[in-house]
Amino acid sequence: MRRSTTRPRRAAALATATVAATALLLTSCSSSGSGSGDAKGGDTNEKITLTVGDFGTFGYQEAGLYTEYMAAHPNITIKAETAQDGQKYWDALTTHLAAGSGLTDIQAVEVGYIAQATSKLGDKFVDLGKTEGITAGAWLPWKSTQATTAKGELIGLGTDIGPMAICYRKDLFQQAGLPTDREAVGQLWAGDWGKFIEQGKAFQAKAPAGTFFTDSASGLFNAVISGESEQYSDSSGKLNVKDSAAVKKAWDLSVAASQAKISAGLRQFQKPWEAAFANAKFATVACPSWMTGIVSKQSGEAGKGKWDIAKAPVAANWGGAFLTVPKAGKHTKAAAALAAWLTAPEQQAKVFTKVGNLPSTSAGLQLPAVQSAKLDYFGDTPTGQIYAAAASSIKPAKIGPDDGTAKTIITDNGILDIEEHGTDPAKAWQTVLKGIADKVNG
Amino acid sequence: MATPAPPTSWRSRLYRLDLKASPYAYIAPFFLCFAAFGLIPLVWTGWLSLHQVDLLTPDVMEWRGLGNYTRLWDSEQFWTALRNTFTIGVLSTVPQLLMALGLAHLLNYRLRARGFFRVAVLAPYATSIAAATLVFVQLYNPDYGMINWALSAVGVERTDWFADTWPSQIAISSIVTWRWTGYNALIYLAAMQAVPKDLYEAASLDGASRWQQFTRITIPSIRPTILFTIIVSTIGATQLFGEPMLFGGGVGVSGGSAHQYQTLSLYLYELGWPSRQLGRASAVAWTMLLILLLVGAVNLLIARRNRAKLGG
Repeated sequence: MRRSTTRPRRAAALATATVAATALLLTSCSSSGSGSGDAKGGDTNEKITLTVGDFGTFGYQEAGLYTEYMAAHPNITIKAETAQDGQKYWDALTTHLAAGSGLTDIQAVEVGYIAQATSKLGDKFVDLGKTEGITAGAWLPWKSTQATTAKGELIGLGTDIGPMAICYRKDLFQQAGLPTDREAVGQLWAGDWGKFIEQGKAFQAKAPAGTFFTDSASGLFNAVISGESEQYSDSSGKLNVKDSAAVKKAWDLSVAASQAKISAGLRQFQKPWEAAFANAKFATVACPSWMTGIVSKQSGEAGKGKWDIAKAPVAANWGGAFLTVPKAGKHTKAAAALAAWLTAPEQQAKVFTKVGNLPSTSAGLQLPAVQSAKLDYFGDTPTGQIYAAAASSIKPAKIGPDDGTAKTIITDNGILDIEEHGTDPAKAWQTVLKGIADKVNG
Repeated sequence: MATPAPPTSWRSRLYRLDLKASPYAYIAPFFLCFAAFGLIPLVWTGWLSLHQVDLLTPDVMEWRGLGNYTRLWDSEQFWTALRNTFTIGVLSTVPQLLMALGLAHLLNYRLRARGFFRVAVLAPYATSIAAATLVFVQLYNPDYGMINWALSAVGVERTDWFADTWPSQIAISSIVTWRWTGYNALIYLAAMQAVPKDLYEAASLDGASRWQQFTRITIPSIRPTILFTIIVSTIGATQLFGEPMLFGGGVGVSGGSAHQYQTLSLYLYELGWPSRQLGRASAVAWTMLLILLLVGAVNLLIARRNRAKLGG
């Protein structure tokens, strides 16, 4: 009796499951079939979707570039996937590249990791130098050199560069008895980061309670080392933190800033740091052009008209990125065309006026729209002029594959440790060296 | 008198085959899955741990022998991570299981809306780690968080729950405890309900108090269950990853600026992903496995001794 009741029920369940599974297989087959049908996006009229993976603020969405491109190419739909954290974005990207799956058609790569992409991952990317309409000479020479492999393949198109200035709050400077005019402020520390620290001490002596001269010692570290022509790696690309004069210089200055208590001790790009902008907790922040977007976003309406931009003590380049096209993508041709369009001078200019990412092409830097640009948030400050001028005096540095790892350990486990725990700098430095030895060179 | 017809013997042979082989066929799917997703990766990880492998080029391997393991032995950060895993494990497991026992004991009483409370204790377990951790991060914020605010009301000075070693470890343990206490309480409750009621009746006739009943009857009766939860919690504590990772925000991967709350799993991740050293990360994975086996063996010994004591 029991048998006769349970059997059919089990059979029915099995049948349902089989049908469901078959249906699932069929649908998944057909959907992937339609996608891979066209030959790498060669057919211009077929409807395709291009995906773009990036991190932070690339400004394409904000400047309306995707909508513009889709309007001009009705057969193309663009989908963007933006990650918040650049480090986590890169960790995921390397895994996807190694596996050859889970990639978007265009993937952005930050300058700190571009050496990994050109050396060990070079054969995973499309050689864009051979793509129609792309000439490597359009970009600043050092920018396209950074994205060129040993075989001479250009795997990344420069999006922006990060020539540096100092963003400062006029109201806090005034309260501390420092000049507020941007020329005069630039003169305060011209030519020497040491003077910047000295001004910081002068500020701190008279500063309003609870405010600090600068946001973080690790931000200062990045600013200082970005101005050196030889940074973490030697000219051959081999990591050389222990004996690098530039690392020592930047480290000593950051330690000095931390010990003089002119730094708010925040970790950049984290929630408390963002909140501190709104609460006017610090007066200066090392300000590559892309940082202006962050300053205006985090300080909000209350800070409008209070920030200004002065020259950095030493010319430097911090940050900037590239767009790459992984070979594993389905529509590499169409993706390369889109990447080329997004990084063309006119589009770079639009991004700059919207979010402050400075063009990396020579023509883009010369465009009147860039030269005469004034970011609304900073009032009458000629941001375009300031950053274009800073761009011309950058001394490009050789970037090695392990630079990103070394930088993270120095700033997160060295300088932040001193700021959070008051660790003895000599001991913190030993920890840094041990940490780097632990994580680099197999 | 005809000899048995061939079909019958054929059928009986089939029948015997069915009896013997079918169970294996029924359990095969699990073991096939286990082989594909458990055993092969395990062996592969072991093989990787003997090589130098870059995450970016996983097909290029250089023989290292036991080099990755000896390098772990010399790595200060590994020992820090091991120590942290142990302290955070103790800080979260011990209070968690004790509280679960108490909670289960209370739920075992006849009380109103018992069903509601039994579901309620399981609610934290149903929350995602990410959501729970984000809330705790807000609570523990040294400047704006509610916990420091409450502590300041009773005169305790500002505690930096992120930067300082013990506060940060306690904070992370509290997240783990919050999530798993109810889960363990329900397991204990199930075990407690299997304890014969007449034992309690006899005890109360003899004049034993509630507390005496709890320590003399309940605890000994559910001892195997307690041992089970200890093993499961130990495994969980050894593999602790999500809570410290999310708790630390941007420096979560390295477990804080001084690695003050970096667990073994986080160290594994830091070696394998940001530092791209798959071989050494695999060595950490195997070391963790060996530690777990060791803990399991110790547990087994204790269990055996207990059983011997009970005369079972």
